[in-house]
Amino acid sequence: MNPSQRIELVCPAGSLPALKTAIDHGADCVYLGFKDATNARNFTGLNFDPASMREGVRYAHQRGRKVLLALNTYPQAGNWGDWTAAVDRAAEMELDAVILADPGLMAYAAKTHPQLRLHLSVQGSATSYEAINFYHERFGIQRAVLPRVLSLAQVEQVIANTPVEIEVFGFGGLCVMVEGRCALSAYATGESPNCNGACSPGKHVRWEQTPQGMETRLNGILIDRFADGERAGYPTLCKGRFDVNGETYYAIEEPTSLNTLELLPEIARAGVRAIKIEGRQRSPAYVTQVTKVWRAALDRVMADADNFTVQPAWMAELNKVSEGQSHTLGAYYRPWK
Amino acid sequence: MLRANGGGKTNEIAMKLALGPLLYYWPRQATLDFYADIADSTVDIVYLGETVCSRRHELRLDDWLEVAGVLAAAGKEVLLSTQALIESESDLKALRRIVAQGEFGVEANDMGAVRLLAAAGRRDWVAGPTLNVFNPATLGLLQDAGARRWVMAPEMSGAALADLLAGMEQTPQTEVFAWGRLPLAHSARCFTARHFNLQKDTCEFRCLGMSEGIVLRTREGEPFLTLNGVQTQSARVYNLLGDLPALRAHAGVLRISPQGEHTRALVDTFRAALAGELSPAAALEHSRQWMNDAPCNGFWHGRPGVEQYVAA
Repeated sequence: MNPSQRIELVCPAGSLPALKTAIDHGADCVYLGFKDATNARNFTGLNFDPASMREGVRYAHQRGRKVLLALNTYPQAGNWGDWTAAVDRAAEMELDAVILADPGLMAYAAKTHPQLRLHLSVQGSATSYEAINFYHERFGIQRAVLPRVLSLAQVEQVIANTPVEIEVFGFGGLCVMVEGRCALSAYATGESPNCNGACSPGKHVRWEQTPQGMETRLNGILIDRFADGERAGYPTLCKGRFDVNGETYYAIEEPTSLNTLELLPEIARAGVRAIKIEGRQRSPAYVTQVTKVWRAALDRVMADADNFTVQPAWMAELNKVSEGQSHTLGAYYRPWK
Repeated sequence: MLRANGGGKTNEIAMKLALGPLLYYWPRQATLDFYADIADSTVDIVYLGETVCSRRHELRLDDWLEVAGVLAAAGKEVLLSTQALIESESDLKALRRIVAQGEFGVEANDMGAVRLLAAAGRRDWVAGPTLNVFNPATLGLLQDAGARRWVMAPEMSGAALADLLAGMEQTPQTEVFAWGRLPLAHSARCFTARHFNLQKDTCEFRCLGMSEGIVLRTREGEPFLTLNGVQTQSARVYNLLGDLPALRAHAGVLRISPQGEHTRALVDTFRAALAGELSPAAALEHSRQWMNDAPCNGFWHGRPGVEQYVAA
């Protein structure tokens, strides 16, 4: 690793208490969103109104940390003004960067607020340096968040061929589909990550105890059924059990979390500039736990990548807060594909 | 209520029919036979090439170019479609070869393709359905970069399309996905290989010869999705034949996605409906014999895609 290159720890904040605990426990940056469809975690009870965002930015900046605003859904003609207003507010509130997916919105931001730093969201589905360089040349993006589809060798190849800083997901809920390229939720519920900032939204979820077991449905579609004693998970539609050719199994993905802790030395050597923790919808307790572990691990790897080992206590702490209490290396590990 | 086509309108340009890229992996001869048949069909535009998985190689680029030549000689507008998910340097190499050939237009299915096409100064490309074009600013940008047509993302509604077009300075040619199992998602993981407990790198090409992928059902036996390698599709067939009057107002091209059988009969049905020989309702009924699952049209109506929506 180039020692001059610090790897930033980018932590989720779905609320002001989450933001403060992330900062207190060592996040270099927090990312957050407004309370509306302009971001990809548009969930009830989550996110920031302008007053709480102002307070969050003040809290972070006083401590020398950054705040990044996710505006990473795709505006349509009928609501375009809500997204440009959000960009204007971000500039006015002196956020350190906005994380965008829509090229039209990037063009607006670059033209209207040339001083505002632009990050390409994972929702932009840019998986190659050719795609990332498109956004760099046209809008001057300075960082891109990679979709969770590339192997480490492929991440390295991207980094070698772009001036744009690369951020990768390190931990948290795992989208098995390419982000920005998934309309499964739209198909089942009419609400999508792309346009509504929601996947498998709660208002379409039904839990029902039946003689066959606990059933979870999404807009009436049976996502899974749990026997007594099985822990019934939230019906995210790609993480249910389905029947394919007479076999019932997790046909798309198990309910599991991404955890790349053991790859940290390689991630650092590849030249990754920031690691993102997923989970703006999670509690401040989750943010505290995960930030603590990742701060310790990142400090260790930046001090001495060659002698880095994963401490069992770190894994134990992270597994406690993982979806399904299990974890995977995802696409970084080829057999996962 | 379904309205009859208003016949007397003079500002309507004849709507074209396009055949989208083949999303499944068929044996070489079956694929060649399919396109030989299409050459004799009344379809106007044909998109060719492998857009789903780089491991599929029954036809290589040179083979596709040969098919393209035959279709062009039969009077079709032919375009080569690029892979939707680019992962490796060899994926990029394949993409560069498509951009470098100048004989046929290109459908760009990721922003890397857009960058390369714009850099090559090409003005004959189509912005594909996976580019996430949802507003006039983004579409305007792609027009400036050389796009001469765009394919609406299937999850977008007719109303949102009307709003978008009203905001365009320069009216684009719009293509709408109008028939077929909906391409809903792409992944790095191959769900077909997973079904057979295989890894993608050693997948034994199990998707070869599955004419329309594998149906995934809920635990109640309801068909829900279709596994097509790294792509996930709907199990239901998106069918906008009943919505032709509204489509006419905004779309210049209708896309039919190739299916295992009867694709040519579908082209004929669309043609008859466009010519007014079949009412939209009759065309929808007529097409049921060629559907392997229930129809759906929810996306066009701004509803869950899985729904079959008929206005009261």
